[in-house]
Amino acid sequence: MKPEQKKSPADDRILLAHGSGGAMSHDLIASLFIKAFQNPVLDRLDDMAVLEIGGARLAFTTDSYVVTPIFFPGGDIGKLAVCGTINDLSMSGARPLYLSAGFILEEGFPLRDLEAIIASMQKTAAQAGVQIVTGDTKVVNRGGADGIFINTAGLGRVPEGVDISGRNARAGDKVLVSGSIGDHGIAILSSRSGLEFSTRIESDCAPLNDLVARMLEVSRDVRCLRDPTRGGLSTTLNELARQSKAAVWIEEVRIPIKEEVRGACELLGLDPFILANEGKLIAIVGAGEAEKILAAMKAHPLGRDAALIGEVREEPEARVILRTPIGSTRILDMLVGEPLPRIC
Amino acid sequence: MKYIDEFRDGEKAKPLIEEILRTADRPLRIMEVCGTHTVSIARYGIRKVLPPSIELVSGPGCPVCVTANRDLDRAIALAQVPKAVVLTFGDMVRVPGSFSSLDRERAAGKDVRVVYSPLDGLQMAEKDPGRPHIFLGVGFETTAPAVAATLLEARKRNVKNFFVFSAHKTVPHALRVLLNAGEIKLDGFLLPGHVSVIIGSRPYEFLPQDFGLAAVISGFEPLDILQAILLLIRQVKNRRPRVEIQYRRGVLPQGNPHAVEVMGRVFQPVDAEWRGLGRIPRSGLALSEDFSSFDAGLKFDLSVPEPREAEGCRCGEVLRGILRPAECALFSKVCSPQNPVGPCMVSFEGSCAAAYKYGT
Repeated sequence: MKPEQKKSPADDRILLAHGSGGAMSHDLIASLFIKAFQNPVLDRLDDMAVLEIGGARLAFTTDSYVVTPIFFPGGDIGKLAVCGTINDLSMSGARPLYLSAGFILEEGFPLRDLEAIIASMQKTAAQAGVQIVTGDTKVVNRGGADGIFINTAGLGRVPEGVDISGRNARAGDKVLVSGSIGDHGIAILSSRSGLEFSTRIESDCAPLNDLVARMLEVSRDVRCLRDPTRGGLSTTLNELARQSKAAVWIEEVRIPIKEEVRGACELLGLDPFILANEGKLIAIVGAGEAEKILAAMKAHPLGRDAALIGEVREEPEARVILRTPIGSTRILDMLVGEPLPRIC
Repeated sequence: MKYIDEFRDGEKAKPLIEEILRTADRPLRIMEVCGTHTVSIARYGIRKVLPPSIELVSGPGCPVCVTANRDLDRAIALAQVPKAVVLTFGDMVRVPGSFSSLDRERAAGKDVRVVYSPLDGLQMAEKDPGRPHIFLGVGFETTAPAVAATLLEARKRNVKNFFVFSAHKTVPHALRVLLNAGEIKLDGFLLPGHVSVIIGSRPYEFLPQDFGLAAVISGFEPLDILQAILLLIRQVKNRRPRVEIQYRRGVLPQGNPHAVEVMGRVFQPVDAEWRGLGRIPRSGLALSEDFSSFDAGLKFDLSVPEPREAEGCRCGEVLRGILRPAECALFSKVCSPQNPVGPCMVSFEGSCAAAYKYGT
């Protein structure tokens, strides 16, 4: 057998790493879904579809939530399901309006937990000013699902004159992040069995629509927005660099990371740049408006720790380059496989 | 974590780099033999700030990578034991053996779980006494004491369904074999901090004494590594090779006698097969007779077919430091972290993965 023909274990079955949001997820999406469903809206590869219907520009998106554990420090699967879809809509600059909610419940799931999750969804939706207007419930046999899975879809309206897409970054633009990274990833990991840290790290799970609205109020020169969820900052910046056919240069020392998150990463051998966030956004904005937009972010409770972390350049195309604290540079690549602890 | 930041301070790095540039007056080839060093060197771009005359090469420092295919196949075969729960550190999950990998077994329905410490595995075993829980002991002196301590605990708590598959290895013997082979000319070693916390500096004394090589036990932050490189340069320049400890906040010359004692109670040295280096006498750790009831190798049938090496894979040469990852014909063309051919591309600490991921 020639090495070129070598079948990897990944070829004949779905592996967990296919769902990690990193390089393997991208390969799966490109080789299967995009190929099959191809159309101009999907081909934009943004986290939401922007559709022109009857003169209005509507943002439309869907996401499924399968987090373990379902209750974690700083949130629960319900809050996550509402925030996640609101945030995907918001990343087009849209004002989120309506959500759907689909539940897949495992036989035997405690009703009390379901009630708590529903209450949390309603609270989060009300807080963000969106309504849950349609839904579905299915129950599967014990073992057919892990407690509860939630799918939400969302609809929002894109304001006049707003054109935000992962393809819009240009050389000279500035890269902003709305706060510290890795909080959600570490909160989830540490709440799984056996991992407890003396400082409790809470998930950053939050709806970002109001923050985005404030940013767009001060400037329309917001070119790309994306929330670095699965795959983290590394993967999101790589997606933007690829979509925009540009280079993103960032400075490691400027990236806000909480001390306790960094400590946990050291301990577990994890890279904070690949950890999931659920209440943060990356914005690529015109250089002339960057300070103004950053100030607006810092004035918002969800953007207090916002920072300018780098800029867009022409070269090397479709790459993210990180300046390390000692003044050297290296490539910042997408997450490959699952984020795993080290062995040594 | 201010403590970590101090060792990543760009302001402090500058004078150190300048001092290295001033001191380095001849070509030097330094080998690091710890996967965490490999990652740190790539992650912080340390090669790029050094003068071109200083060459850093990676040696056999990634425990998963040096595990021979036969041992990988046996570890993977354990997933087939009826009702078994296989417990492993994360690095092992995607490493391809001759015929399968743990994540492939997991996708096929076997119970393979990633744990952060062997003690977590012991607790899982206690909660589920009807199923054998098998911990894959792959690692160096760094992780072996934790496994040993877990087995002492397992005995104390009388846990009957917890087993260890021990493919542990010890570092110093491998360095001697590598040097005796004479394939690579080195000027010095950047020695592993974590391993040395346990074994101290004495087991490396043969490096200056028998081979005239410079040797510095280094920490893992960029400033640690830069400082260790400076110490190595000075040792060579002054012709005073010895084992120096840069990582003073972690390592004592005598190591950690308690950890060594615990290891000695639970393990005994055996010959071990290393990928790339072959069979090395007394370089492995098997469970001692006293702990044989916990030995997965004795409890379960571990006969596996004759191992196969992946065609074209040159991990062995990469681990001996004679081939750079990018010089392998498969690198990034056929072999990538998404589709790895050999272990050096899979493990977080493998030199191919580091070269691929960080492009340095």
